[in-house]
Amino acid sequence: MKNKKWGLIILGLVIFVLAITFPFWYGKGRSMPPPVLSLDTPVINALTVKRCVEDTAFMRASHMKFLNAWRDEAVREGVRLYKAKDGRTFEKSLTGTCLQCHSNKEQFCDRCHNYVDAKPSCYNCHVIPGEVKK
Amino acid sequence: MMILLISVITIFIIILLALGIAMSPAMVFILTGIIPYVVFVILLAGFAHRIITWGRTPVPFRIPTTCGQEKSLPWIKANPVENPAGALGVIARMVQEIFLFRSLFRNTDVKIIGGRPVYDGAKWLWFFGLLFHVSLLIIVLRHLRFFTEPVIPCVGMLSALDGFLEIGVPALYLSDVALLAGFTFLFLRRVIIPQLRYISLFTDYFALLLIAGVAVTGLLMRHFFPADLNALKTLTMSWITFAPVVPEGIGVLFSMHLCFVFFLIAWLPFSKLAHAGGIFMSPMRNMANNNRSLRHVNPWNAPVKVHTYAEYEDEFRDKMKAVGLPVEKE
Repeated sequence: MKNKKWGLIILGLVIFVLAITFPFWYGKGRSMPPPVLSLDTPVINALTVKRCVEDTAFMRASHMKFLNAWRDEAVREGVRLYKAKDGRTFEKSLTGTCLQCHSNKEQFCDRCHNYVDAKPSCYNCHVIPGEVKK
Repeated sequence: MMILLISVITIFIIILLALGIAMSPAMVFILTGIIPYVVFVILLAGFAHRIITWGRTPVPFRIPTTCGQEKSLPWIKANPVENPAGALGVIARMVQEIFLFRSLFRNTDVKIIGGRPVYDGAKWLWFFGLLFHVSLLIIVLRHLRFFTEPVIPCVGMLSALDGFLEIGVPALYLSDVALLAGFTFLFLRRVIIPQLRYISLFTDYFALLLIAGVAVTGLLMRHFFPADLNALKTLTMSWITFAPVVPEGIGVLFSMHLCFVFFLIAWLPFSKLAHAGGIFMSPMRNMANNNRSLRHVNPWNAPVKVHTYAEYEDEFRDKMKAVGLPVEKE
């Protein structure tokens, strides 16, 4: 009776320890380098000033909200042109603007998105130029 | 009210601490490079200590609380789950208790209606309690995306399901809304109902406020002041390979989030939050009600010197026979 009780308690504790140490043994101590983004595309290489629509820090932190605003303004309000802070004008288009430079979705968009498990719904509708349907 | 004030002040002290840490690189190193391991060891050791202490606590009596007909004569219909007679029934009962909070569902309330007391079920506590716990579990599981690489597919599915309404970008998680709803109910319940306010202690308010602090800072980082998830995952992944990559600077919100989380984890084994393990160790739930079918001897019983009739007869058999008294053994 006494041994049965302690057997159950130890079993419970072992399950608890295995559960909370899960990431340790799932990763098996491998080191995981953070993703490196590739800007090596023909269009970007041809640019003299390598600047996205807005500055890198802003794009990095807020591109999702930014693109969402673009979608709402372009599709629902018909405002299709965007004037950047430095005065340049862009068409609010994922395929026509963003993916023209960043034509390497798998080496650019997907690397971070996969790393942090973000699942943008952009590509539910948008086609990737040059991507072959698998 | 004084106790509530003290808990709120404690929360503010943690916020100030987090702000201070975010300012100084040396403190950032301690927070992101050393404290995670300290906290993890405290959780493991503290929890094991708590469980073993409970295990060593003697339970001299068979004390299950029962809510149904005990197993009895064959023509009396028994309730094998609410009044378990064996291990299977106990397991069914514990599963109900742990996953569905069965005993909270029994909560009743009494009201005076038309001069008469009327008893009725009060399910609100059960509902919001369950909502709070389930959403906490989902949130913890969703965070596995920061601790596994490649991310486990079912975590991705859980997140997709959790955010399936796709409100806003990034999508609003239903479990976050549920957690805040649960927190609001559980907190207001303690503050508004006078009887509950009277019995509420520091630990009651503080546990809720701490979880709310974690949730609010997390939500702010997700929806309003986006955190750099890449840098963040680089840090969390470096923890599990035991080679912390300490960032040069961390955001104020992330610093607060970490401080709240570490405080919560380190405090967990020593607070009421240890009910996470305690529920398994509750003698009133985890014992079979076999008081009548099996003999249970209190292990504390002092050895009593007895003199049985058989021994008495052995001692006096000759004399008993001599006076003509009947004996059992010739």
